[in-house]
Amino acid sequence: MIRLPYYPGCAVQTTARNYSISGVAIAEKLGIELVELPKWNCCGVFPFLANDDIMRHLAPIRNLIHVQEMNEKGIVQNENRVVTFCSMCYHTLKEANLFLKDPEKKEKTDIFFEREKEFVGGVKEGYKGGVEALDFLEVLKDIVGYDKIAEEVKKPLKGLKVAPYYGCLVLRPREIGIDDPENPTILENILEALGAEVIDNPNRIQCCGSYHTVDRRDIVAELTYDNLIYPVRSGAEVIVTCCPLCTFNLDFRQKDAGKLHRDLQEIPVMYYTQLMAIALGLDKQFYGVDLGLHYVDPKPLLEAKNLY
Amino acid sequence: MSQEKKEETKKVQIYIMGREYQVPAGLTIMKAMEYAGYRFVRSCGCRGGFCGACATVYRVKGDYKLRMALACQETVEDGMYISQIPFTPAEKPIYDLEKLGPSANVFLQYYPEIAKCVSCNTCTKACPQDLEVMDYVQAALRGDFEEVASLSFDCISCGLCAVRCPTELVPYNIALLARRLYGKYVMPKAKHVEERIKEIESGKFNEELQKLMEASVDDLKEVYETREIEPE
Repeated sequence: MIRLPYYPGCAVQTTARNYSISGVAIAEKLGIELVELPKWNCCGVFPFLANDDIMRHLAPIRNLIHVQEMNEKGIVQNENRVVTFCSMCYHTLKEANLFLKDPEKKEKTDIFFEREKEFVGGVKEGYKGGVEALDFLEVLKDIVGYDKIAEEVKKPLKGLKVAPYYGCLVLRPREIGIDDPENPTILENILEALGAEVIDNPNRIQCCGSYHTVDRRDIVAELTYDNLIYPVRSGAEVIVTCCPLCTFNLDFRQKDAGKLHRDLQEIPVMYYTQLMAIALGLDKQFYGVDLGLHYVDPKPLLEAKNLY
Repeated sequence: MSQEKKEETKKVQIYIMGREYQVPAGLTIMKAMEYAGYRFVRSCGCRGGFCGACATVYRVKGDYKLRMALACQETVEDGMYISQIPFTPAEKPIYDLEKLGPSANVFLQYYPEIAKCVSCNTCTKACPQDLEVMDYVQAALRGDFEEVASLSFDCISCGLCAVRCPTELVPYNIALLARRLYGKYVMPKAKHVEERIKEIESGKFNEELQKLMEASVDDLKEVYETREIEPE
């Protein structure tokens, strides 16, 4: 007799009892003893197969509803676009719309918000759909245009060797990407419009290590090294980013990366908007380099290039 | 008149911690419990909806929803199953307000679990004060303690938001920290208080105070009875 642990599940104990009674009996007949788990719970199929895991999508959908409310209150007129700088925010808002394309998920979400209406502080209307998230890079590309940016440049970034870095969240998955996920060019085009010298960065669409920065700093330090060493070797003087998490990992994890790989020399990491503020001739306070938010201080480089 | 009287004596059936009682309709949960014979040693304070001591959870027959209320504010309805939550166990870190400073990271430092908020709004639905609890938790997450202070101004620390939060946050304590920071670092100092303190320190009221200290009990009573009271 072979003794095998046996997990019955709820159905064969109730409405499908004919199944288990016969099954257990024939098993025994065939020399197999099915030993029921001393303690077991529902296999979880209901939530597992259900398409309504809406909890983790509520936050972005709420924000899309707030855009809708801006229209209802007349703060904007017939404007279903919402702009954001942060790649993570862009990604989540965009993914929320993708999530809601599934009619079942949309319905479950509607029911959730419908039940919130009776509460003060709840949303007053569910999400009607159609609010479109725009990354600010898209605004620059499609609404402003590279030519206009070039026209507005007061202080060209002449001789500044800049390597762009995109990370994942504005590019992938393809359905929500702001540019070609394999060969994006928005940052390059903007930097060229600003008069900078763009250094090719083969790692510009690699992952930065994301939130592993919290629990696996070693992984992120390795990635930071990989993502910086090629542009540094190619002569880049500054890395330009569009995502706060990428920026943190590329900038602050240089300390750990430098310990692992002594050939890595420190390089400042800046947002493209900071370089734009410089090139467009804005006041120094808008460069954002004096807020103590950089690990590698970009000021010496900017001073050397007569840009500060 | 007789119609009114008839309504006055109308009874509803409620269940206090599972036991059935017939109580007059129109009573608050608190009064209904007292009518049923309960004497409060906990879960009762100001009886005016301000102190937050009488947090109560209930269900109504035929409805799966768990509802929240203050016992002194909510009127009983037929088929109510009532229980009180006299105390909410909650994490309350010790901090020195003098040393904190109005920094944006202060909430994540003392209540790092706020990053778990999924914006489900369950806390808001639980709030008997109709506060936008989730919105102030979110404001705390981005370090905007002024917004937290303003949105949570009417919080009475009843604890129901913390009881209901699926990610186990303690919104009301987070809000308390925000209001303390706001009071200390943002709110303009009250000039008249500073002036009065100077007057006290310079001895302006010493003579009057001395007179009171030497007065007889009867004289003190007289002074108390005839004191100036703010107009209603």
